[in-house]
Amino acid sequence: MSSLSYLVSRLLQIIPTFLLVMVVIFLLVRMLPGDPAIAMADAKATEAQLELIRQKLGLNEPFFMQFFYFVKNTLSGDMGTSILLKAPVLDVIIERIPVTAFLTLYAVGLSILIAGPLAFVAALNKNGMLDIAIRSGFQVGLSTPVFYIGLLLLTFLAASLRLFPVGGYGTTFLEHLHHLMLPALTVALYTSAIIMRNLRSAVIEVLDAEYVQFARSKGLSRSVVLGRHVLRNAMISTVTLLGLSIGSLMSGTLVTETVFAVPGLGRLMLEAIFARDYPLIQGLTLTFAVMVSLVFLFTDMVQAWLDPRLRLS
Amino acid sequence: MTQLDTLQATTPQKPKLHPRVKALLRPGFLLGFFILSSSIILAVFPGAFAPYDPNAFDFTAIKQPPSWAHPFGTDNLGRDTLSRVIWAYQVDMQIAFFATFFAMVIGVIVGSLVAYHGGIADVLFGRVVDVTITFPFLVLVIAVVAVLGPGLNNMYVAVTLVQWVYYARLTRAEIMTQMTNDYASAGRVMGYSSPRIIFRHLLPNAMTPLITFWMTDMALAILLGSSLGYLGLGAQPPQAEWGVLIAEGRNFITTAWWMSLMPGIAIVLTGLGFSLVGDSLADVLRPRGAS
Repeated sequence: MSSLSYLVSRLLQIIPTFLLVMVVIFLLVRMLPGDPAIAMADAKATEAQLELIRQKLGLNEPFFMQFFYFVKNTLSGDMGTSILLKAPVLDVIIERIPVTAFLTLYAVGLSILIAGPLAFVAALNKNGMLDIAIRSGFQVGLSTPVFYIGLLLLTFLAASLRLFPVGGYGTTFLEHLHHLMLPALTVALYTSAIIMRNLRSAVIEVLDAEYVQFARSKGLSRSVVLGRHVLRNAMISTVTLLGLSIGSLMSGTLVTETVFAVPGLGRLMLEAIFARDYPLIQGLTLTFAVMVSLVFLFTDMVQAWLDPRLRLS
Repeated sequence: MTQLDTLQATTPQKPKLHPRVKALLRPGFLLGFFILSSSIILAVFPGAFAPYDPNAFDFTAIKQPPSWAHPFGTDNLGRDTLSRVIWAYQVDMQIAFFATFFAMVIGVIVGSLVAYHGGIADVLFGRVVDVTITFPFLVLVIAVVAVLGPGLNNMYVAVTLVQWVYYARLTRAEIMTQMTNDYASAGRVMGYSSPRIIFRHLLPNAMTPLITFWMTDMALAILLGSSLGYLGLGAQPPQAEWGVLIAEGRNFITTAWWMSLMPGIAIVLTGLGFSLVGDSLADVLRPRGAS
């Protein structure tokens, strides 16, 4: 299969998934007791305003048509008006996306920096003291809730030692890096525990593989074998794992943004929930789903690029 | 040959332990087992271990640092933090069970049926899996909680609605593997009914990964439950739950750090207990021959 047809078939797979995602989000608000128009409107909305919403959502028409209207409105970028912020949902979300995207990428970068070297050290010392120490550390990391890690970092590094700001986002790139250091580290400490576990076994597995033994018997130096053969192949499983962990990464981001008052999508989601802002909840849930599927798609692409075996099968 | 040599030669070698027994004697398992059984005892008899009434205000002892009288200190209303952490075991261990059990039961039933019958049901199930993994888990759960309203029971409903899919996916994969074995075809040839083949023959052989996953999932459920409690969407104050306790201490973190720090230790310990036991169980229950 050529790369292009692989890409096309992968893109086509997204369509049915997306229709179902829309069904879930559509049903979510319909699960509420009472008139969805009331849920989607300001508490002080007049009867005329409610009627306008009913018309837009097709609430006076059969259920199936209501779904059709929902898909049509969403595809044309109209996800309603946020009750909380009194602005179009799409605008509100687009404004916050860069913050969450920055935080997520930052966290991914940090978790690779943390997990990568440690996984190699652990794998090369398999079952040694160092390996056991590293693995125990990460086991504790996996059992620690994200908000607790965040709170600890916030207390000791930001509030007591004043090394980092206690919240916010800043305006320039460097300020973003500085402000988001602790939130990104919070997410990364949790994510790196997941990566580390799998990367360690991947490295051990690759070290035993025939082509690595062959490379060694050819007389290649240890560092060349590790760098060129082991690293590249261990990368494939890491990329896959990172891609598949995007869901828990986003979940972690959501909680972390709340702890550190980062003005991103996650914190907005929580504000929307407490304000019962259903148009915004709908829009955000959809945004998260879109982001995850884009990452899945990207992961598949990178994986195919790193591992020619997949493209050809 | 000296006497010593003969003695050494005849000394029986250290008896070789069965690998399963060996797995049970590993320090990791013993530690996990100890943590887990203590947690269960604390959850069942909190009153026997808590030194004070967890909800009793004492305005003469507000925000006291850890001391002999109050090992975990007291909170902004003079309540004893240790007692509140102990009483919270009841709530959080309950979360570990109820947030996973129904999802497992539903997931196992659906997963087995889908794997055994295949066809259109299997195709539909594949779509359900695709959609579920497209949402970040927490986003979907809190979206459902947003609709149902905050609280422990609604949290159980929300988690079950999402989490059963993961159990079903795992069960489906395991049953599919088991079905390639001869004993499955033998059952069919003997004319056994499909529920009998699925639940009496295939499922028992597919239980190991499920039990391991359940253990890990209970650890995750405690993390999730306390996160939702912290965010104000799970257990509601004044109920003592670890996440709620941490949230209560958040505003006093610079003046009374113990209010938030201590409940967190309980979360980490309990989570660790579940994952240590889960990891070792995987080795204990693994069928002979496999490594």
